[in-house]
Amino acid sequence: MKDVDRRGFLRVAGMSIGIGALYRTLPAAAMTGSANEMLTALGKKSGEKVAPFTFVQMSDTHVGFQGPPNPLGTKAFEQAVAKVNALPQRPDLVLFTGDLTHDSEDKDVHAARMKRFREIARNIKADKIVYVPGENDAGLDGGALFRENFGETYYSLDHKGVHFVALDNVSRAKPEVGKEQLDWLEKDLRRFSKATPIVVFTHRPLFDLKPEWEWFTSDGDEVTNILNRYDNVTVLYGHIHRDNEHHDGHTAHYGARSLIFGFPDPQKGPEKKPFAFDKEHPFAHLGIRSLDERPGEELRKDEIELTLREMSGVNGVQQMLRNPKI
Amino acid sequence: MSGIAVVVVILMSAGAARKVNAQGPRVIDITAKRYGFTPSTITLKKGETVTLRLHSEDVVHGFFSRPLKLDETIEPGKTAEVTITPQTVGTFQTICDHFCGAGHGSMSMTIVVE
Repeated sequence: MKDVDRRGFLRVAGMSIGIGALYRTLPAAAMTGSANEMLTALGKKSGEKVAPFTFVQMSDTHVGFQGPPNPLGTKAFEQAVAKVNALPQRPDLVLFTGDLTHDSEDKDVHAARMKRFREIARNIKADKIVYVPGENDAGLDGGALFRENFGETYYSLDHKGVHFVALDNVSRAKPEVGKEQLDWLEKDLRRFSKATPIVVFTHRPLFDLKPEWEWFTSDGDEVTNILNRYDNVTVLYGHIHRDNEHHDGHTAHYGARSLIFGFPDPQKGPEKKPFAFDKEHPFAHLGIRSLDERPGEELRKDEIELTLREMSGVNGVQQMLRNPKI
Repeated sequence: MSGIAVVVVILMSAGAARKVNAQGPRVIDITAKRYGFTPSTITLKKGETVTLRLHSEDVVHGFFSRPLKLDETIEPGKTAEVTITPQTVGTFQTICDHFCGAGHGSMSMTIVVE
């Protein structure tokens, strides 16, 4: 297959929500025969049966947050759920990348916030919803409340040829994954070939994006060293409440917008200060992002800010299939 | 014999403490309390060796700065000390990197090296 053909079909995709990104592992499968040909070859290479499916990432809902940057509370989260449910294709998976709740030092209040999060999240129409904690969910109790509600804080699952890995880099005292989880990750990935598409979802960035804003993971390099043994790795994370793209070896990292308030570009702003609330554009800087497969078309007028970004959301998929070596 | 040994140890200990204060590194006391450090800014001189003496008034806090190679844990009721000799002029943010509550994300202090 020529490169230009591969780029052509990978460019086609649906919405990018929140991030909430709607990732389509085989966009418009019927559009070209070469798409199927490519995935069949990838499946042979990886030993896994690869089949088309869609998944959505949602992040940093901070249920329970009250403050000037967002007097609307969880309205954007509720609208994002409605958007997901209105998608033309029901997603197979929804990945939540942490800070489901805004922390409270009162355990009962925190538990009530977790309950409220679940009430909203259970309205999502998807085949499977999976979660990792953020430091607001698990930082004070080592993940106990999270585990009561959602089970283990790190785990993995296979879905139609893609291996998903949930990594917990918030439950320990320091912002780290820790040796036990690193050992587990090595063992978990051992059975896969180099070509297998792997999607890691976690809360904090695994690289030093802005350490003085706590945008890092202490042992992130050790995680990336393990991941870089594989050719097609995508890391989806939250925490930074804004878009970001970073490439490290074979691994591509994508930051997600929040559904509660946004943070500025760390390269331009000296302060880690959320964007102020704008009555005219109450959902500015939050998800929902839209990928439009027709570049150049006017932005859709919507209550939630939509951003036209040609490759948004699909980049992750492009990365997943970047080095199939076929 | 053991009684004498105890006396000697105490004298040495007291003498050492006085000596550090008189001729050793400058000591700066820093207190961590949700959600800030006191003082919020300190100024050091490039090449100056300084001991930062860290206390917490409530819960476990962190004291972290990648460029200054600081990564300390401050437990309540205990004192953590770190001695540094900064070699780069600049303004550096030091953050709490132990999640300590809802305002944790904004808990930082500034170290100016001039």
